[in-house]
Amino acid sequence: MGAVAVLIETTDSGVRSTSRPAVTAARQLAQHHGGPVVALVLGDAAAAADAARYMDRVWSYAAPALRAPLAETWAPVLASAVKKLGASALVASATSTGKDVLPRAAALLEAGMASDITAVKGPKTFRRPTFAGNALTDVEVLTPVVLASVRQTEFAAAAPAPAPGSVETQDAGAVDPLGAELVALHATKTVRPELTEAAVVVSGGRGMKSGENFKLLEELTDLLGGALGASRAAADAGMVPNDLQVGQTGKVVAPKLYIAVAISGAIQHLAGMKGSKVIVAINKDAEAPIFQVADYGLVATWETAIPALISEIKKIRGG
Amino acid sequence: VKILVSCKRVPNPEQKLKLSAGRVDLSSASWQVNPFDEYAVETALRLTEKGKGGERSGEVVLVSIGPKEVAQPMRGLLAMGADRALLVAGDDASLDPDQVARVLRALVTAEKPDLVVMGKQSVDGDSNQVGQLLAGYLGWPQATFLASIVVAEDGKSATVTREVDAGVEEKRVPLPAVVTVDLRIIASKAVRNAALAGPDVEWEENQRYASLKGIMAAKKKEIREVAPASLGASLAPMVKTINQEAPPGRKAGVKVASVEELVSKLRTEAKVL
Repeated sequence: MGAVAVLIETTDSGVRSTSRPAVTAARQLAQHHGGPVVALVLGDAAAAADAARYMDRVWSYAAPALRAPLAETWAPVLASAVKKLGASALVASATSTGKDVLPRAAALLEAGMASDITAVKGPKTFRRPTFAGNALTDVEVLTPVVLASVRQTEFAAAAPAPAPGSVETQDAGAVDPLGAELVALHATKTVRPELTEAAVVVSGGRGMKSGENFKLLEELTDLLGGALGASRAAADAGMVPNDLQVGQTGKVVAPKLYIAVAISGAIQHLAGMKGSKVIVAINKDAEAPIFQVADYGLVATWETAIPALISEIKKIRGG
Repeated sequence: VKILVSCKRVPNPEQKLKLSAGRVDLSSASWQVNPFDEYAVETALRLTEKGKGGERSGEVVLVSIGPKEVAQPMRGLLAMGADRALLVAGDDASLDPDQVARVLRALVTAEKPDLVVMGKQSVDGDSNQVGQLLAGYLGWPQATFLASIVVAEDGKSATVTREVDAGVEEKRVPLPAVVTVDLRIIASKAVRNAALAGPDVEWEENQRYASLKGIMAAKKKEIREVAPASLGASLAPMVKTINQEAPPGRKAGVKVASVEELVSKLRTEAKVL
């Protein structure tokens, strides 16, 4: 077996932090495959240099046409890198970009892929949650090359290596977006940590009734230095942007502290937060299913509980 | 515009999942259409609706893979307004995403749609792969996780917004293309075919229910059975399930009586404050 390639996403300041768990998964997989781990950085030479802080080997496809994360242009580059490296595995974090690009690369390589893996169990076997996390499924990929997207919360973020690795510049050849064009990215403006990485997540549900009422949760979130989340019902109702959605079809989080406010606890929501270390549920309905997974449950309305919680936390902090 | 929509059945997500002998046991499951596939059908229908005189134009063709019982939920989607359906015989519980994508590729090649609309993921397998695989196999552009779509007046491109981790991305793709839909696609103004509907046109929020008239009409609509062997596609699996088990349960927690008690416990017991 051969090298393990890992897709590194980038931001203006270098390696996107959400890619670091994929590096850890790639290293675990490389122990089974025997070859080196090689980072693939597309369209961003500066970030490629940053990636070398974590990795022995970085392949940088620096063509500016690859700057936009388009599946149409990225998938062929990933596929050709795998072939040129003679790699036997390709992994990426299961971010929105990873989910978009990796299966397309799988088609180009005619290789099997395991989505959203939570554990590497062998050279070609992986554990992954299915049925909204209600069945842990072990799968074996049967093709010579294996692809896997990585659930970020289940693998530690790779730390920088003692000595930086080498960057090799690769030529992507002609970049053909097939007519597709990224027109604009309307980023949700926030100064809070990434939802998938925050140590504290405060989420609101349908019971918050309106987007306006989320301001109170934001105050609590900022007091705790956390990230704001929401249930699908709240996102669905348009109270908050969908990128705050925590759950089976949204983001998966596993913070040290998860505070679920006015969230009933639908199966699909639990799938996105059950891995949290400590779960607090605040709901006025004592029978709400969320209490079955909560370490600490408080039966109360958010209208009374959240202002009291904010003032109590301020009090213990002497503020 | 001719649109192909893939649909699959899933076990009712609200039902407790049974596991036995290292496998999920679906023998007593009650089935429903994958929610994102219902949104895909709604999306496709809207793209053929609300022409200047209120007329409909275009065709919505459904595709599913499964045993004969799948014909019943397909009939329900035809009652929503889809025009006809193709049902490929197969064991839907054991197919991997790649096998599904290869079946769909063969059907796309035969049907030649302008657009393939799919749900972003099924809520049983949770793989989120088939749309992207299909686009890759066809060499078509793709747009995943759609919050909105407008097909241009000349029918040659679509401008979409996509739900991405950082917010919302706007993307334009030429047709034919493969798109997969996220939950906001069923908002009242999220979908429009500019050749038919003006910018002010709205639909009812959420996916539609079948009307009595729709149910009557669906009885006469075609569900054509397709033999997998007739597709000329290699259908060897690429991913095999080895074992399935229930996740470890969480230890039952405690109820606290007040905010003060909660903060005290979070501080001294859980040590997270």
